[in-house]
Amino acid sequence: MEAILLESVLAPYLPAFLYFAVVAATAAGFLIASRLLGPRRRDPLKLSTYECGVPLLGGTRDRFSVKFYLVAILFVLFDIETVFLIPWAVEFRQFGWLGILEMFIFLGILIIGLVYAFKRGALKWD
Amino acid sequence: MASIPLFLSAAFHSCWLAQAPALETSKSSPNGLEALLQRLVHSYPAEGTWWGAIAAMLIACLAVFAFLNLFALFAVWLERKVSAHMQCRLGPMEVGPHGVLQTIADGIKLTVKEDIIPRVADKVLFIVAPIIVFTGTFIRFAPLPFGDYLVASDLNLGLFYIAAVGSVEVLGVIMAGWSSNNKWSLFGTIRTATQMVSYEIPIGIAFVTVAVSAGTLSTMQIVEQQSGWFWHWFVFRNPFLMVLSIIYLIASLAECKRSPFDLPEAESELVSGFHTEYTGIRFALFFLSEYAAMYLVSGVAVVAFFGGWYLGIPVIDRIGAAPDSSALAFVIGLLIKAHVLIGKAVGLVFVQMWVRWTLPRVRLDQMMSLCLKVLLPISLACLVGSALWDLFMGSLASGKEYSMFFWLE
Repeated sequence: MEAILLESVLAPYLPAFLYFAVVAATAAGFLIASRLLGPRRRDPLKLSTYECGVPLLGGTRDRFSVKFYLVAILFVLFDIETVFLIPWAVEFRQFGWLGILEMFIFLGILIIGLVYAFKRGALKWD
Repeated sequence: MASIPLFLSAAFHSCWLAQAPALETSKSSPNGLEALLQRLVHSYPAEGTWWGAIAAMLIACLAVFAFLNLFALFAVWLERKVSAHMQCRLGPMEVGPHGVLQTIADGIKLTVKEDIIPRVADKVLFIVAPIIVFTGTFIRFAPLPFGDYLVASDLNLGLFYIAAVGSVEVLGVIMAGWSSNNKWSLFGTIRTATQMVSYEIPIGIAFVTVAVSAGTLSTMQIVEQQSGWFWHWFVFRNPFLMVLSIIYLIASLAECKRSPFDLPEAESELVSGFHTEYTGIRFALFFLSEYAAMYLVSGVAVVAFFGGWYLGIPVIDRIGAAPDSSALAFVIGLLIKAHVLIGKAVGLVFVQMWVRWTLPRVRLDQMMSLCLKVLLPISLACLVGSALWDLFMGSLASGKEYSMFFWLE
């Protein structure tokens, strides 16, 4: 069982892992090369935060609009939906009309949710 | 320009070696050039040693990676040239003929610049962020084919892998903006994260619809289903997929943070978005991954909608495809397919640049309402429509023909 899993399911991912290693090593190598080649002359002004040439105004650990959180929640909702749709999509031809009916019920519930969010003004941005 | 495809062909010789076990031995008599080519094709035995297999995979990965880095350098030059000519300027002209080596000169300059970490920055996150963005962008190319047999890793979850790994880049962007401890970076980060996660939804639904039509997520098999005349491409399969391909192209502009959705880096509002504090090679890493992502979304669009490595003319697409064709014909066919796929993808990259220098930037509220109120409902409707189309056409034409241009044959 384990041998089958290794050979048929995980084997195609071996090149992907190798590719990941190559990319990550190159990125780190670029940084190390720059550290070795570049000059190192530090002064307080150079290391200060960029603020278009004027002294720093205000902090950064500040509040921002709650709308962004709403977008994040909507994203989680619809992304999970996509994840649920993918296995159905691949096996779509086998399921036939019954499968499509079930998926339409699932999509219908989600579209009702989208319409509700739309009506409550969750998608309005001003 | 002509040397680019030539280079690509050279780079892919090694890439195709890794895929060689999938090939059947050709039957023609080996002599001269053909014998050499046959040895090349079959030098990786199906029952070979494990380190031989690993070495072949590594060569394929390095070929893909080298191509992408060179493409990113080329695309930066191309963008400067395209923008210049659209504004009646010449663009870079000094380094090399028509300035082609300008980006390499810039890259060397960025490498030898001082590596500055702001005093108030969160050091660990600040250092790790560009690596994560760069890695997160480039590993998405693993299942993306560059031609028949030319793929770093033929995953059965191809499109899903590309969509899922794409989210890693958002994490890197958030880390970069937050750790910079600069309010321009922070604003840029929030905008980037909002935009990228919102536009992932229409892209995901477009992928689901392609999976419904293809019955698989593997990029190689999706392309294989679009063989034959060009109306077998998924974009011409039914009206819904045609609309979805346009939605995908719009959403992919936003996914790449390209104009008209370049709010994350809006130079006139935020200094430079999430990478305001980044200099030297760290900035170069962000920049390279941005231009590599342009090729990625174009390549995925070509694979999913525009026929992949097929030109759409069966006479040309069949060169070297028959099991009894000679090794030379096979190699010529392979080169044609690689050039077709990369040519289509570079064409779409040019369209992205064209759009950038044509359209003005949208506002944040326009960007959000376009995604959630226009693209999302239309793409859901297209998913439903495309699924119904496939079932109807499947029952009408005994499961053989799904294209809306089936009457042309």
